[in-house]
Amino acid sequence: MDVYVLQLFNGLSISSILLLVALGLAITFGLMKVINMAHGELIMIGAYSTYLTQNLFKDYLPESMFDWYFVLAIPVSFGIAFVFGLILEMSLIRFLYGRPLDSLLATWGVGLVLQQVARSIFGAPNVAVKSPTWLDGGLRIVDGTLLPYKRLFIIALVIVCLAAMYVYIYRSHEGRRMRAVMQNRDMAACLGVSTRRVDSMTFAIGSGIAGIAGCALTLMGPIGPSLGTYYIVDAFMVVVLGGVGKLVGTVLGAVGIGMFNTLFEYWTNASLGKVLVFVCIVAFLQWRPMGLVAMRTRSLD
Amino acid sequence: MQLKKMTPRRLWILAGYAAAAAALFSAPMFVSDFRLNLLAKFLAFAIVALGLDLIWGYTGILSLGHGIFFGLGAYAMAMYLKLEAGGGKLPDFMGWSGLKELPLFWQPFGSFGFAAAAGIALPAILALVLGYFTFRNRIRGVYFTILTQALVIITTTLLIGQQAFTGGTNGVTGYSEVLGFPLGSPDTKRALYWITVAALIVIFLFCRFIVGSRFGKVLRAIRDGENRVRFIGYNPAIYQMVIFAISAGIAGMAGMLFVLHVGIISPSMLGIVPSIEMVLWVAIGGRGTLVGAALGAILMNWAKSEFSTAYPEGWTLFMGLLFVIVVVFMPKGVAGLIGQINFRKKRREPNHEGVRNPAV
Amino acid sequence: MKESAILQCDNVTVEFDGFKAIQGMSLKLLKGELRFLIGPNGAGKTTMLDVICGKVRPSSGQVTFNGKIDITRKKEHQIAELGIGRKFQAPSIFPSMSVAENLEIAMRQNRSVFATLFASMKSEESDRLHSQLQMIGLQDKASWRAGGLSHGEKQWLEIGMMLLQEPEVLLLDEPVAGMTDKETDKTGELLHEIARQRSVVVVEHDMEFVRNFASKVTVMHEGKLLKEGSMDEVQSDDRVAEVYLGKRRDADVSRSTA
Repeated sequence: MDVYVLQLFNGLSISSILLLVALGLAITFGLMKVINMAHGELIMIGAYSTYLTQNLFKDYLPESMFDWYFVLAIPVSFGIAFVFGLILEMSLIRFLYGRPLDSLLATWGVGLVLQQVARSIFGAPNVAVKSPTWLDGGLRIVDGTLLPYKRLFIIALVIVCLAAMYVYIYRSHEGRRMRAVMQNRDMAACLGVSTRRVDSMTFAIGSGIAGIAGCALTLMGPIGPSLGTYYIVDAFMVVVLGGVGKLVGTVLGAVGIGMFNTLFEYWTNASLGKVLVFVCIVAFLQWRPMGLVAMRTRSLD
Repeated sequence: MQLKKMTPRRLWILAGYAAAAAALFSAPMFVSDFRLNLLAKFLAFAIVALGLDLIWGYTGILSLGHGIFFGLGAYAMAMYLKLEAGGGKLPDFMGWSGLKELPLFWQPFGSFGFAAAAGIALPAILALVLGYFTFRNRIRGVYFTILTQALVIITTTLLIGQQAFTGGTNGVTGYSEVLGFPLGSPDTKRALYWITVAALIVIFLFCRFIVGSRFGKVLRAIRDGENRVRFIGYNPAIYQMVIFAISAGIAGMAGMLFVLHVGIISPSMLGIVPSIEMVLWVAIGGRGTLVGAALGAILMNWAKSEFSTAYPEGWTLFMGLLFVIVVVFMPKGVAGLIGQINFRKKRREPNHEGVRNPAV
Repeated sequence: MKESAILQCDNVTVEFDGFKAIQGMSLKLLKGELRFLIGPNGAGKTTMLDVICGKVRPSSGQVTFNGKIDITRKKEHQIAELGIGRKFQAPSIFPSMSVAENLEIAMRQNRSVFATLFASMKSEESDRLHSQLQMIGLQDKASWRAGGLSHGEKQWLEIGMMLLQEPEVLLLDEPVAGMTDKETDKTGELLHEIARQRSVVVVEHDMEFVRNFASKVTVMHEGKLLKEGSMDEVQSDDRVAEVYLGKRRDADVSRSTA
């Protein structure tokens, strides 16, 4: 019994990490149709931002304060990744709208550069970020199974991010403009929405969420310059599986992949499990080529 | 109108090809054995680039999974070489992993003929299967690209994870001879080089044939407007599957040649980064031109071998920047730039006529 | 009488996420007939063509081709192979290929991979291609990149491609939209020529253009059949007038308030 609970929890935990990584993509890929391969590097930037915040606390503040660095690290990671995203959009991405494959290649190049820069600044070896003590330990449930606080925290963080994004996209004034631009750019422009501004903001927000994901990943282990590359393809699969343009799809996609991954790896082994998940995704796309939640349109392409 | 006339321009181009082929064939007389081996490796990469150009440049499908097709070919040949080197004994890494006898799927690779056939057929079949399940459902564009990348990830994890059967991270290495010829001897190396040159020329002509045929025109039509092709009565999915399989088979063939020159194949040589590097070769040389793709592969790899050992950091930065520059400023690569210059020169004359004609 | 119907749509209904774009529409096209499909915006004219050529699957109803083949379950390329050609509203040619290449791949031929791989231009094919170039007036631009043609030329090229495809039924969606008067006249001539040899359905907004042809007109409104008959009959029909005039009145109101 406890094995199943633990596996279920593991699955949820993996799903939550995938979702956190994929949320940013759901915006940049799902809404803007930009394939940002540098998304992984934005995650890496978020992780190093957390690392820097930690170092600043260690060096300049009394030790009693240290545990609270993480609370500050989340907005800092968001902010730094946000700025990077803004620069990226204004200097490169905006020339590549409507050319998804080209944006994929160009941003992959950007990712390479960012990785190399990180390697030069922080060194190639991984660095460890010390988690705050209030996240040590775990929640003990009935039959002695331990649910680590760190993983619970990530699940909670995902839920908060998701809620914030939902409110922003579907309830706020800016979100309405954003959806208007993504659905009918020309019409929105005619109605006086500055599409350039909306594009930049949207992309930057997607990037900022990648930063938060990076911050959360520091809880899971040491971080390095190529941190993002481990997650990027999985995250894209989440968006493809979930369907483009709706948050619900992304959530379902992440939970689906996370759960099946855990299940298959438990049954077989890590490498075969991945193969099975891939086969399942391709099989699923036979049934629904546009993903779980698809928007139907009448246009030719 | 289809009859190709021997214009001076065509003659020059043909002369250029002949000169290039002659230079390649006579290279062993001018360069050291070490350089020759490098050149042979680059030529194998040029073959991959040709295949990749068929689907990306001409059909508009971007595959980030060609490392896998290349790798499958390479592994097929490596398995033969390993068995040949072992002389009936179990490959060393299997012993380390506690395997007692040769796994069933390794056994046929004892024959060179089987290995060579499998090196082309396996990638082609894999591509056909993936193509069947994607193109038929109109999964295309970036979706397809992402799926090919996922294919790379799972294949490399599989290769690393199944160490007993694949040699794991170290890959398959430690060969001695091919068909009885020692791999280390300069004579064998020279012969292998010539075989590679011949293969490159054959593949080049084959690709020319495909691109020039009506089949090639349908491919370009698919690139321009897949849906429109459908309403003319073609089934684009079949065309995409076939060209994807051909392209994968070509990559597999290049992989076999690569192993013969380099003497090792490991998962890191066919992962995400090498796969996307292959795309960069084509992008730089010029997608949609066969010569461009092949030259791009040779030039990029030459530059890499010159600079990456001396400045590994600088090389990564350079490669990253190159991606951005090529995509944003020269989407048709070097070949496109040259074409543009030519076009500008020529433009003047027809323009005059263009103005004169309607008035008549 | 039923035998001569080349295309018969019975009770076709199409839904887009709950919205019924077409509700129980029926249409019968005789062999060699030229039919105009008109109606206000959103009447479902284009969707009707989409159903016939297989781009949209109807939720119910039947489309029978040549009296026996139900084509609602067939794929687009199969329907095209059967002999139904479709021209979309926006010119959709292959911009990076030359005009001649565009025509070459559109030409009626064996469309399997193997056949196209080894196909060579026969002299008979080359003649057909040339006479087609002549007919659409692009003989001097055969080697041009199709993307470099003017809007009207692209439309003609596409019509030329359709004709080389030799369909039995040709579906044209607003062939004169966006054309200059001169181009419209030339397209009209082309259309007369085309209609002599095959059955054609034309979706059109331009009433003046429609009046040039003495043929049957079908009026659609809100996904349903409103009226069928000659142009004169249609124009004297009260309901048709209401649909069009009512529309115009609305437009006037909205203009005055804007």
